[in-house]
Amino acid sequence: MTKATPILTVLAILAVVWYAAAVWMNLDLARTFADDDATETEIYLSTMEQERPKLPAPHQIVEELGTSLFGYPITSPRSLIYHSYVTASAAALGFALALILGVLLAVGIVHVRTMERSLMLWIIASQTVPVLAIAPMVVVVLGNIGLTGLLPKALIAGWLSFFPITTGMVKGLRSPDPMQRDLMRTYSANGAQVFAKLRWPASMSFLFPSLKIAAALALVGAIVAELPTGAQAGLGARLLTGSYYGQTLQIWAALFMAAALALVAIGAVDLARLALVRGRGGRL
Amino acid sequence: MPRDSAVIEGVFITASTTPPVVRARGVGVTFNSDGQQTIALTDVDIDIAPGEFVSLIGPSGCGKTTLLRAIADLEQPTAGELTVNGMTPEQARLARSYGYVFQAPALYPWRSVERNVMLPLEIMGLPRAEREKRAAHYLDLVGLADFRRRFPWQLSGGMQQRVSIARALSVEPSLLLMDEPFGALDEITRDGLNLHLHRLWRSTRMTAVFVTHSIPEAVYLSTRIVVMSPRPGRILEIIDCDLGGERPLDIRETPEFLDVAHRVREALRAGHSYD
Repeated sequence: MTKATPILTVLAILAVVWYAAAVWMNLDLARTFADDDATETEIYLSTMEQERPKLPAPHQIVEELGTSLFGYPITSPRSLIYHSYVTASAAALGFALALILGVLLAVGIVHVRTMERSLMLWIIASQTVPVLAIAPMVVVVLGNIGLTGLLPKALIAGWLSFFPITTGMVKGLRSPDPMQRDLMRTYSANGAQVFAKLRWPASMSFLFPSLKIAAALALVGAIVAELPTGAQAGLGARLLTGSYYGQTLQIWAALFMAAALALVAIGAVDLARLALVRGRGGRL
Repeated sequence: MPRDSAVIEGVFITASTTPPVVRARGVGVTFNSDGQQTIALTDVDIDIAPGEFVSLIGPSGCGKTTLLRAIADLEQPTAGELTVNGMTPEQARLARSYGYVFQAPALYPWRSVERNVMLPLEIMGLPRAEREKRAAHYLDLVGLADFRRRFPWQLSGGMQQRVSIARALSVEPSLLLMDEPFGALDEITRDGLNLHLHRLWRSTRMTAVFVTHSIPEAVYLSTRIVVMSPRPGRILEIIDCDLGGERPLDIRETPEFLDVAHRVREALRAGHSYD
């Protein structure tokens, strides 16, 4: 209870502010379309019941989420579960690719001096390119060589999410202090043993915070990749079609769904972390 | 105490007939950083015989840790000749001739106490059964058998350092190198560990080189005390010291003990350690 109180307090404040904003933003439209004999109260109430409000009221979003999640079979293009699945699978594949690439890059950077000198600059540069600009090009170029659907989106998701993994792992693999390294030297441990028994386990407490950021970024990447390419399915496509047709309810429902997916993804990372922590007696 | 002198003599005779575990002739270590040369150690001559417990004592910067690290092949001598078990320090390290105890326990926090002790054994490629047997044995020896499933952060500083001693012993080395292992601990814990370490040494009679800041600790533990002095790091005097057999902690109030401690202090004073 005490744990939930602050969260619920913030939620209540948000709801109040949100309702006030909804009334304020939708009032003009409500007046325009109101019947001549409508009372002020009726006009105010109608600001929260519009079909295409500038800002939907919270309960409208909840209703929209309810119907789009549970009102259709999950294979229907009107089902939000279907679109969430499309986006989540691209994000998950992108995250997996980023994990592999990110860790391999970090291992290379830590162990091969020339790799650090040659790659680090490019890795940082890759993150300064606006992903919204590069995403359509990646999709078009890959489409030309016959790659469509999941993979181009996964690549853009991976593009965004490998960076925190690489930087976290580089830091983690370098985290053992001189004494811990000297200890390995007194045992005449070889490079592979130092890696497996010291650097790798030491890096885990750096990897997991990075993975949380990467998981959220993979979702952003997948959604952004769906935006400019006229994708037919996915949360990005829902956002896009919603804005074409002024379906603000659809947009907000998709946004909330994206946030929920991010929470699930971060929760999954946390579960993996907990499993590791258990094997380490309660600390990472 | 005729019985004790016989023990000293016994050690001395072994020392003179068998080759030394550590032999240093004119050993020097000069550090080079940014074109600036620092002489950490110069002109070190010493033979350490099997079964001896030798303490290196002196103020900060006297090169005592550098000498220990050179024996362990963690630093390279820039002058002179240094052998460990008749080999170069590097060969001795590759042959895993020594166990090393650092200033801090340097336990790996993701490993349980038991698995920390088994770490060097895994690296040596010992079979699992042997690893477990040795871990159990050496944890028992340092009095931590009941804590094998715990993790380092669940133990006190003194217990952690005992684990690190068990870890060094588990290699079953012929030489135990210790770099101020109890320096970070409170005096009461330190007394207890000194008692413990002395019993351990008496029962195994392994050769030990022990770096310390503490005169009572050096006198209590050692058969010989090497007094060193800084700028440049060098040996001032080597003082024989063996209080013999069983050593209760209150041996430190006996005249023999105080006499040796006095001689160590005089030697340190002669090296301007108190200036």
